[in-house]
Amino acid sequence: MYSDQYRYTKEHEWVLVDGPTGTVGITHHAQSELGDIVYVDLPKAGALVTQGKAMGSVESVKAVSDIYSPVTGEVVEVNNALVTAPEKLNEDPHGQAWLVKVKLSSPDEVNGLMSASDYQSYIGAS
Amino acid sequence: MIKKVRPHLNQDEALLFERSSPGKRAYQLRGLDVPDVDPAAALGASHVRAEIEHFPEVSEVEAIRHFTKLSTQNYAIDYGMYPLGSCTMKYNPRINELVARTEGIAWAHPYQPESLAQGCLQVLAALESALIEICGMDAVTLQPAAGAHGEWTGIMLIRALLESRGNPRKRILVPDSAHGTNPATAAMTGYAVENIASNDRGMIDLAALDRAANDEIAALMVTNPSTLGIFEENIMKAAEILHSRGALVYMDGANMNALVGLARPGDFGIDVMHLNLHKTFSTPHGGGGPGAGPVAVKKELDAFLPVPRLKRLGETLALDYDRPQSIGKVRAYYGNFGVLVRALAYILAHGGPGLRNATLDAILNANYIRKQLEPYYDLPYKSPSMHECVFSDDLQSAKGVRTGDIAKRLIDYGFHPYTVSFPLIVRGALMIEPTETESKMELDLFIDAMISIAKEVENEPETVLKAPHLTRTSRVDEVTAARKPILRWTPPAEG
Repeated sequence: MYSDQYRYTKEHEWVLVDGPTGTVGITHHAQSELGDIVYVDLPKAGALVTQGKAMGSVESVKAVSDIYSPVTGEVVEVNNALVTAPEKLNEDPHGQAWLVKVKLSSPDEVNGLMSASDYQSYIGAS
Repeated sequence: MIKKVRPHLNQDEALLFERSSPGKRAYQLRGLDVPDVDPAAALGASHVRAEIEHFPEVSEVEAIRHFTKLSTQNYAIDYGMYPLGSCTMKYNPRINELVARTEGIAWAHPYQPESLAQGCLQVLAALESALIEICGMDAVTLQPAAGAHGEWTGIMLIRALLESRGNPRKRILVPDSAHGTNPATAAMTGYAVENIASNDRGMIDLAALDRAANDEIAALMVTNPSTLGIFEENIMKAAEILHSRGALVYMDGANMNALVGLARPGDFGIDVMHLNLHKTFSTPHGGGGPGAGPVAVKKELDAFLPVPRLKRLGETLALDYDRPQSIGKVRAYYGNFGVLVRALAYILAHGGPGLRNATLDAILNANYIRKQLEPYYDLPYKSPSMHECVFSDDLQSAKGVRTGDIAKRLIDYGFHPYTVSFPLIVRGALMIEPTETESKMELDLFIDAMISIAKEVENEPETVLKAPHLTRTSRVDEVTAARKPILRWTPPAEG
């Protein structure tokens, strides 16, 4: 479930780096803890996001939680399909339900994030 | 075993819109005995509303039955225990209502001249001084209309004080065990929010606080006792740290019902705080009446309090608007006056020793529940509980049953659910606040229900997962309701 290609944060986001761009999402563990997601608030294209800082929020029937950006850079694409279909975040958090694509301003910073195996031991999954 | 409830006839009721038929009226007034006036000519056409489309038209008995039927479909503190943690759903004594309906109070008008409103002003003054004494503060404004409004007012006061010192600063520290409204308040007043993690005892991590408290910090917003129902035993040290950096300490007084008569925030380093009269001081919640969130401050913030302020001129009281440093008005007139009257009635009916007893009983009740339920539910933080106790669903989630399922099943046992999934620092939280209202008999029924549900989770988890079973409607689809809400009634299509 947790791809080795992705890097993970302690706040349960993932990033997949492809050349100059990073695709960002929330993890399967995050959606499972949140429960049914009913609303997503995402930054607009062109917005600047900073690693470790809130870039949006996700609302479930239980609570509203901040989404922390795993990378620094400029948002170049936003997955607007989530606005009308937030349930996709429960169904396919590592695929179709990516949140934003970010043009990375410091690509090296992803090296500080967790690998798939580190993340799985962090969340206590086997 | 369910001991408290059994099914009984409960009548269906359509929306008033669906009961409507044109021309129906309730009480009919006699014809005018003065010349009729055209409102559009008198007030200007733009001030007169045209016909409201689909406005329901029903007879008096239909209106009465409609709301009476709806009331039987509800749950209320007047039916039984309402252990909704953090909300302090205590009984609203009827003596409060009697006092608030006193003719001179109920019929007072906000534009009544001060000379004819001395009684009402005395009520406000008496409540101010009682709250000052209870909180150990120097001054209080009664204007804010609710807790979050009080928070906003309190942080605006802090901003005004810091601005007067030359720099309003940038950020507010909020522990992760605080009320959810605290970070919202900080953001609404133009501050950035910085979270402070709790230690493993559920208290503020002083080392983390010390690192975070630099000269950009305007204030710490602390809920004490916290949302874990735990008293911040290092509150004085926390306050010292903030004060030494020129910052202030705001206390969310939502849990003040655990402190009244035992400890005064003003004595443990708090500079500004709000009270929820609809929690601690027994005035009705929500639909039962508006709230009130008075804000109490230390001397240095007095000059910034909202106008008007009460001013004593010899034997009489007056309203003082001449307060150049005031942050201005935060509420029409003088706040929710009827609520303030009820709170004063509660305070005077109890007296000091009575208020202290109420606090002790609230703490005793919460600890009784904690002790009785600890063998059946996981207790993540072992620090002493004050007025509420917080369990997690750790033991039950192994069977796939979560806190929300247990709460739904509790409805079948005749209780309002506890607070679900809050505070957020506890995974799958069950937050239980009995208040001092409940007798041991009612507490035992609740405890029996919770133990019985824990056993159901072990032996027949489906019963809990599909609950409630005895209610008018089975489990409602909260997810679709949140994702695709229908917010307005629309008439069915013609034909």
